[in-house]
Amino acid sequence: MIDPFLLKAALAGLLVAWVAAPLGCLVVWRRMAYFGDATGHAALLGVALAMSLSMPPLVGVVVVASAMALTITFTTRSGFAADTMLGVFSHAALAIGLVAAALLPGVRLNLINTLLGDILTVSNREIIWIALGGAVILAVMTAAWRGLLNATLSPELMAAEGGSLIRDKLIFTLSLAVFVALSMKLVGILLITAMLILPAAAAAPLARSPERMVAISALIGSVSVLGGLWLSWEADTPAGPSIIVVASLVFVLSALGPRKN
Amino acid sequence: MPEASLITAKGLTVSRGKRVLLDAVDFEILPSEALTLIGPNGAGKTTLIRALIGMVPYSGTLTRRKGLRLGYTPQKLPLEQLIPMPVDRFIALSGERNRARRREMLARCGAEDLQDSQMAALSGGETQRVLLARALMRQPDLLILDEPTQGLDSPGEARFYELLSDIRAETGVAVFMVSHDLHMVMAQSDRVICLNQHICCSGTPGVVAEDPSYLQLFGPRAGIAPYQHHHHEHCDHD
Repeated sequence: MIDPFLLKAALAGLLVAWVAAPLGCLVVWRRMAYFGDATGHAALLGVALAMSLSMPPLVGVVVVASAMALTITFTTRSGFAADTMLGVFSHAALAIGLVAAALLPGVRLNLINTLLGDILTVSNREIIWIALGGAVILAVMTAAWRGLLNATLSPELMAAEGGSLIRDKLIFTLSLAVFVALSMKLVGILLITAMLILPAAAAAPLARSPERMVAISALIGSVSVLGGLWLSWEADTPAGPSIIVVASLVFVLSALGPRKN
Repeated sequence: MPEASLITAKGLTVSRGKRVLLDAVDFEILPSEALTLIGPNGAGKTTLIRALIGMVPYSGTLTRRKGLRLGYTPQKLPLEQLIPMPVDRFIALSGERNRARRREMLARCGAEDLQDSQMAALSGGETQRVLLARALMRQPDLLILDEPTQGLDSPGEARFYELLSDIRAETGVAVFMVSHDLHMVMAQSDRVICLNQHICCSGTPGVVAEDPSYLQLFGPRAGIAPYQHHHHEHCDHD
């Protein structure tokens, strides 16, 4: 008999892995790993602010992560290299979140769980939230998929064909912000980007079309979640990092494996 | 404004910070004509294209004929190495769901064998053919081509222009092309615009080639193939 805690954790983890697949592929294709980091790190401030205002943490995370993602996306370049700016945003957000969690009244935060995830204590209600939020992200991305691919390949081509780049940016950034909120419980805010890019990167050498890459990446994400939870259960390791360790192993295998072409 | 023109620009100005990239540019693109934009590096050619396709804010006016259908080929797809993308899927991303029609257009552009290839594996010439096929899927009134022959060798370049001229003859599509290479293109164009932030000169290739501002920008060696000998009479150095 499998422990119900483990079953719930596996269900929540699989949901997150499936939502991560299309988003993670877009992050990899667009070279936006740092952007994912900055958005993820902003979540800590969101949690702290929400607790201090007695609001649900998820609401705070979505609001602050969206604000961060939109600020980065629509801030025009300022004379610094893009990766420098993202590094500044990302680490400033993390540090401000840590300081805010200590300073703000009414914040009682288990820092380790927030940073590294705590999926074995996931509640039924949280699973429902993950399922609903994930369904919304997947529905929006499916509807907008052609535009998302076109904007990834060539924003110029998309604009010339009459597509809206602003709409594309809004869909991508807001989906990412919601995903941050959904995946925090699983891998914690430090490893959200890892959950996005590791399965996608491992899928890349194995896929011959964008949709195939998303599917393979969902599969690798699922294997990582189940393998990581098993490792965590058997060896009493933290679940979030264990999932990422398994995903890293799959990545190494895929990168060493025979190439297509 | 003459009713016939596909796109009319009046006083088109684009600035970035304090730098003026395009300064009060006036021009129009007429139906079925082959108009070529030339100019030195940094002249604002790419900026002009980006304004035409709606990628950069501008002042002045830019009027498109009502219902104008635009086909566009970018210089390159910068991220193609990262995305697994078969050619046929790439063409389908234009919105064309009919596989037979996609195949037909690829064949028309001499790329029928490429439909299952990966975009990232194509040569420069093959990429341009596929980009052209995608632009034509939309049955455009106007094709905007951003340096389509950059990176092609001379035979590849000649083949591309041949294809383009066949397609123009067949469909009557107007072509607005940015180019570096003066010889081939100017021989293929009805009109040429020479840009250096502002429009230095414009007109038929013959007229532009004789224009002092053109000669100043490109030097006396920038002869247009049919006129080359006339040029050299004007040259007194190098």
